[in-house]
Amino acid sequence: MHRDDLGARLGMWIFIFTEILLFGGLFLVYAVMRHRYSDEFHQAAHQLNAFIGTLNTVALLLSSATVAMSITAVQKGEKRMGVLFIPITLVCAGIFLFNKYLEWGHKISIGLYPGSDMMIGLKHGYILFFSLYFFMTGLHMLHLVVGSIILTIIMVRIQTGSINAGRITLLENGGLYWHLVDLIWIFLFPLLYLIT
Amino acid sequence: MAETTTHSYLENTGRYKGLLSWLTTTDHKRIGLMYMWAMMVFFLVGVILGEIMRLELFRPGQQFFNAQTYNGIFTIHGIIMIFTVVIPGLAAVFGNFSMPLLIGAHDVAFPRLNLFSWYLFIAGAAIALASQFMGNGPPDTGWTFYAPYSTQTHTNVVAAVFGAFVLGFSSILTGLNFIVTIHRLRAPGMTFFKMPLFPWSIYATAWIQVLATPIVGITLLMIIAERWFRIGFFDPSLGGDPILYQHLFWIYSHPAVYIMILPAMGVITEIIPTFSQKRIYGYRAIAMSSLAIAGVGYFVWAHHMFTSGISTTERWIFSLLTFLVAIPSAIKVFNWVGTMYKGSISLKPPFIFALGFIFLFMIGGLTGLVQGSLATDIHVHDTAFVVAHFHYIVFGGVGFAFFAALHYWYPKMFGRMYNFRRANIAFAFMFIGFNLLYFPQFILGLMGMPRRYFDYLPQFTAGQQISAVGGWLLLVGIIIMLVNLFSKKGAKAPDNPWGGKTLEWTIPSPPTVENFENIPEVTEQPYNYD
Amino acid sequence: MEHTETHITDYRVYGWVLLALLVFTTITITVTWIDLSAFTVMVALIIASVKSVIVLRYFMHLKFESKMFTVFVVMVLSIYVLVIGLTFFDYLLR
Repeated sequence: MHRDDLGARLGMWIFIFTEILLFGGLFLVYAVMRHRYSDEFHQAAHQLNAFIGTLNTVALLLSSATVAMSITAVQKGEKRMGVLFIPITLVCAGIFLFNKYLEWGHKISIGLYPGSDMMIGLKHGYILFFSLYFFMTGLHMLHLVVGSIILTIIMVRIQTGSINAGRITLLENGGLYWHLVDLIWIFLFPLLYLIT
Repeated sequence: MAETTTHSYLENTGRYKGLLSWLTTTDHKRIGLMYMWAMMVFFLVGVILGEIMRLELFRPGQQFFNAQTYNGIFTIHGIIMIFTVVIPGLAAVFGNFSMPLLIGAHDVAFPRLNLFSWYLFIAGAAIALASQFMGNGPPDTGWTFYAPYSTQTHTNVVAAVFGAFVLGFSSILTGLNFIVTIHRLRAPGMTFFKMPLFPWSIYATAWIQVLATPIVGITLLMIIAERWFRIGFFDPSLGGDPILYQHLFWIYSHPAVYIMILPAMGVITEIIPTFSQKRIYGYRAIAMSSLAIAGVGYFVWAHHMFTSGISTTERWIFSLLTFLVAIPSAIKVFNWVGTMYKGSISLKPPFIFALGFIFLFMIGGLTGLVQGSLATDIHVHDTAFVVAHFHYIVFGGVGFAFFAALHYWYPKMFGRMYNFRRANIAFAFMFIGFNLLYFPQFILGLMGMPRRYFDYLPQFTAGQQISAVGGWLLLVGIIIMLVNLFSKKGAKAPDNPWGGKTLEWTIPSPPTVENFENIPEVTEQPYNYD
Repeated sequence: MEHTETHITDYRVYGWVLLALLVFTTITITVTWIDLSAFTVMVALIIASVKSVIVLRYFMHLKFESKMFTVFVVMVLSIYVLVIGLTFFDYLLR
């Protein structure tokens, strides 16, 4: 049977739609709760470190660009470049995860996490803001980790030559998934960190 | 590949023999059958649970078990029937078996993903069923898992919810597969408007599967997070809103009704022209109405919440949208009847089941309007009227359409015929039993019998007893049907037993592994009987 | 449709796209220092949407894909916006 690259990309896009709507459910909860507790959401957002958020945004944007460039490299037949762009992406992902570890770690160490005694005692808007923060960034991080694993596999595949200029769909689809992770962060960042 | 083309897909040609050759297959026809066997088991379990509830309700007061057990039984009855039988139902079984044949393809676009979906389906069902035996007893929330009760009850909600989540994932991947299949693997010359109408309905269904299921997926995760971490989204004491849960749940679960019914309508649309030997009336109207039902059906969810305390504006908007979705449904019924008009009808079992579907679907659909209307809904909300309405749609509609599809494609599936007379007797039992079972529930509901109640006032006794008798007749009908179909081999089926014009009837019964030795070139509209 | 299979984007294009995204990130951060009261969320969402369109068109290659992909993306996003809108008929007017 012949290979259908367009079909494979269509399948990936449809999967991306489902991911968008999966997060969409959370954004809907965010919208409703923000509407109900807009002042408290504003105040709670002050607790998040906008600098770390910005750093992570830059890291993710850069990582997306390098994945895209890796596709260009493989398409041009520059295998070495194709392989080399991906570690940059993975390092950016590492920076992102490390920052998130610091952020989450700090919050958990002061007792601010869903279900903690401190959290239950807060004002309603604060509780919901931090619950949403942990839920949304947690799910986003999970996607980031999965994406990193996929990209690592892809990197090996480019090296061994099973991904090449003629068979590039896996790299393209892995890239699409990675951009999705970026895309979600583009909305999470201002909604959680900036609207103070 | 070359030597497999002459073998039937039912013979073992692969690396493995016996059961293992089925469990490792990527053949869409075998996967369709595997869905069918699994679903048949779940269906029978669900039926037995239903019959047990009917026995308990035979007389007022406690008969066999207590109210908590009853709550557990109606919950698992709902979870099994909704999530593992009717939602995957026709789409997974006949979407897999027949759709690629109807569009002239060798297989679906992603055969291995297709097998993976089946394993997810089995895993999800197993997790949901395991909820009965683990933790603090069977969940008692009803299949809707309404917050805040579902976040507080001590029963084992998490397993059931997670099972539903996995089943949803399976459904998404199946939908994804079908969309790509229909876009990319139609036979040359088969434009979208030369495609038969069952694939059309599968296409519309697949989009709903893909676009609605993620919302319930995340909602179910929220329920789990609510139970484990007290995130408070749905907990008023932490500032959350239980009605938001209802929104999120029904944003999926209403479109889910169309995931169930659209393929059912598609099957009926295949059967009626074949047995009327007449071109389908209003081809484009039927194709478009499938998309319209899918599209509008996405935006009617809040009609489940008219009495929940949502805003008045929300209520009239959703009442209006609900009435709108009746239009494309009615277009279909009109066109089916229009197709039969002056056709040369042959009353074979698939056609009889299809007629049964139309009758029951009409009752279910029209009583749905009673609930779509704001004033009358307040009276019938949460009564047995609702139970009767959705069983008319989900069993009378989807169930009878499934049986119709089974009798229609059975010769193609197994290469054998079945006994028509016994099939008709089974239909008679099922049709009469079904109406005896559920029609009294309409009346009981109007009289004030609440749904999901373990006990009732004495004036409802007669109605409940008629229902119980109807349930027995229905069960007898199902048994006759299954024995007729699966107890012994019938005569060998010809390639085209019904005189159908769609592509699946041009190939051997049962089909070969590759379906088509050469992919056919399509030049005409389907259903070209003139 | 098939010519899209071989489209190769130049590295420099991605460089410019990255720059544009970083510029928009700077804008969205700078705007938070200005008090726009009621419009804060709206401005943030508009900038985020612009960034997403850039990511979708260039990084995700929608610009070079068959039109069908764009149609689907627009359809999905419209459905999602409609869902939010219809939900808010409840929350705004309850």
